[in-house]
Amino acid sequence: MATQIRRDILRTVCQANSGHPGGSMSSADFLTVLYFDVMKQDPASWTRSGKGQDMFILSAGHLTPVYYSVLARAGYFPLEELGTFRRFGTRLQGHPSVRKGLPGIFQASGSLGQGLSAAAGAALGKRLDGDPNLVFCLCGDGESEEGQIWEAGMFAVYHKLDNLIAMTDWNGQQIDGPVDSVAGEGDLAAKWESWGWRVITADGHDIDSIRQAFALAKAGLGSGKPTMILFRSDMGHGVDFMAGTHKWHGSVPKPEQLEEALRQLGETPLGDF
Amino acid sequence: MKKYTDTGKKDTRSGFGAGLLAAGQADERVVALTADLKGSLKMDAFAAAFPERFIQCGIAEANMVGAAAGLAITGKIPFIGSFAEFVTGRVYDQLRQEVAYGNTNVKIASSHAGITLGEDGATHQTMEDIALMRALPGMVVLNPCDYNQTVQATLAAARYEGPVYIRFGRPSVPNFTPADEPFVIGKAIVLNEGADVSIIATGHTVWEALQAAEALEASGIKADVIDIATIKPLDEEAVVASAAKTGAVVVAEEHNHAGGLGEAVSSLLAARRPTPVEFVNGGDRFGQSGTPSALMEAYGIDAQHIADAARKAVSRKK
Repeated sequence: MATQIRRDILRTVCQANSGHPGGSMSSADFLTVLYFDVMKQDPASWTRSGKGQDMFILSAGHLTPVYYSVLARAGYFPLEELGTFRRFGTRLQGHPSVRKGLPGIFQASGSLGQGLSAAAGAALGKRLDGDPNLVFCLCGDGESEEGQIWEAGMFAVYHKLDNLIAMTDWNGQQIDGPVDSVAGEGDLAAKWESWGWRVITADGHDIDSIRQAFALAKAGLGSGKPTMILFRSDMGHGVDFMAGTHKWHGSVPKPEQLEEALRQLGETPLGDF
Repeated sequence: MKKYTDTGKKDTRSGFGAGLLAAGQADERVVALTADLKGSLKMDAFAAAFPERFIQCGIAEANMVGAAAGLAITGKIPFIGSFAEFVTGRVYDQLRQEVAYGNTNVKIASSHAGITLGEDGATHQTMEDIALMRALPGMVVLNPCDYNQTVQATLAAARYEGPVYIRFGRPSVPNFTPADEPFVIGKAIVLNEGADVSIIATGHTVWEALQAAEALEASGIKADVIDIATIKPLDEEAVVASAAKTGAVVVAEEHNHAGGLGEAVSSLLAARRPTPVEFVNGGDRFGQSGTPSALMEAYGIDAQHIADAARKAVSRKK
């Protein structure tokens, strides 16, 4: 499924001739596992309030190519709609919008650093309601340069939000280059631990490692602490010429590059979602 | 002219505190968040009555906005409270994405608005908040004029489905509106009827407008006094009708000129009923330290300046 999602990502950004494939490729494996194996969710009865279901908030809003691909494959909306990504009138806005009626979207995001706060608020709302379900949130490592991420980190610990499971796509890349060359973010694991979170580090491209990480994270319910899963990953993973570089953060493959990428991902004919 | 009596000076923020408690009693979905200003926002009574529903966020306003949005998504009715500058300018992008664009049912409680915050000076005095909040698509902007009206405005904000900005202040000011008058969002309140000039005021300037109208009456000028408790959506019909009747308008607000009520009213009248308009506001300036009354006088936002502006507006009639 994750390979299929990668093909969807590339076709989606190529049809739109716009979008962010790199981070979408690095988070494709664990988001696929999250939506297909981990989350308690039901697309047919989805409502924005998330009552009685797990919730997911994408803090790194530019990862819409993978987010929409996963939502479509999970049954939230028709696959063909991926072909409308970023076009005028689409429900699949460049960054997630709650204003177009797209099922599965709990909150707008795109301006970075804000989704973890919303996820923490939603987790607190679930606790106040006695709703035992979980709230998941995905942040980028570059995004974690935003101070608000750490405000939310403090808030979630103070309010003992053990129903909050955050993930960081730790791919080491951001727009201007490797994260350590842009802002010197340092050791995220040590930072989140010192913040008081349960921290799990996993291989973001190894399905067993991902599954194990989610199982460990879910076991944190009752611990009184929020959990952060740091997924070690490669930007552009799955296509050799896209992997391990920041250059595909927000660039779109040319037609011949798409063809080559799809060949590497199993040679499905172009245009077939 | 209709007589209004000050039943005893009270701060409008205490009106918010009382309204919040009442809203919390009326609806268990109401929750309150603050960024280390529980006492200043008069949230103590709510926090004591509903400890589970009072959420301390620490000095981290950006996260407070996002957390409130998350709570609202799950069905809560969150009020976030801080000083006006720190729940507007400081967190503008958060309000824009998480609340306005995200269309979450968050209520922004904005205390110590304007220069009447007083002694702390310009870093804490915002004269730009109405402009910022008016600019957000769909944002309702309330600016009640006294304690009683602030209680009712808070209750109305809680009942309304959607983002609301409610602005109130620190100093004790005359309390003169009826305690039991329900607040209708989007409705202007005509406090006095006169044929010669329309004084359109909001917040703390409404009482000043009434004092100005009394002084004007003594010199033979009869004034409409209109309380714009809802700045957005503006009660356009009430403003246009009054301007059509009097042919001269004064707009008074404890806010700078750019983006304030004065610009909202004058752009409306330019389109629908061109009328001479005079402005009583802070101009294009930062505040400074001082007592509230000394600052209002120095910045030209008191009854005397409103009366002067009214005479000027009347003299401009063709």
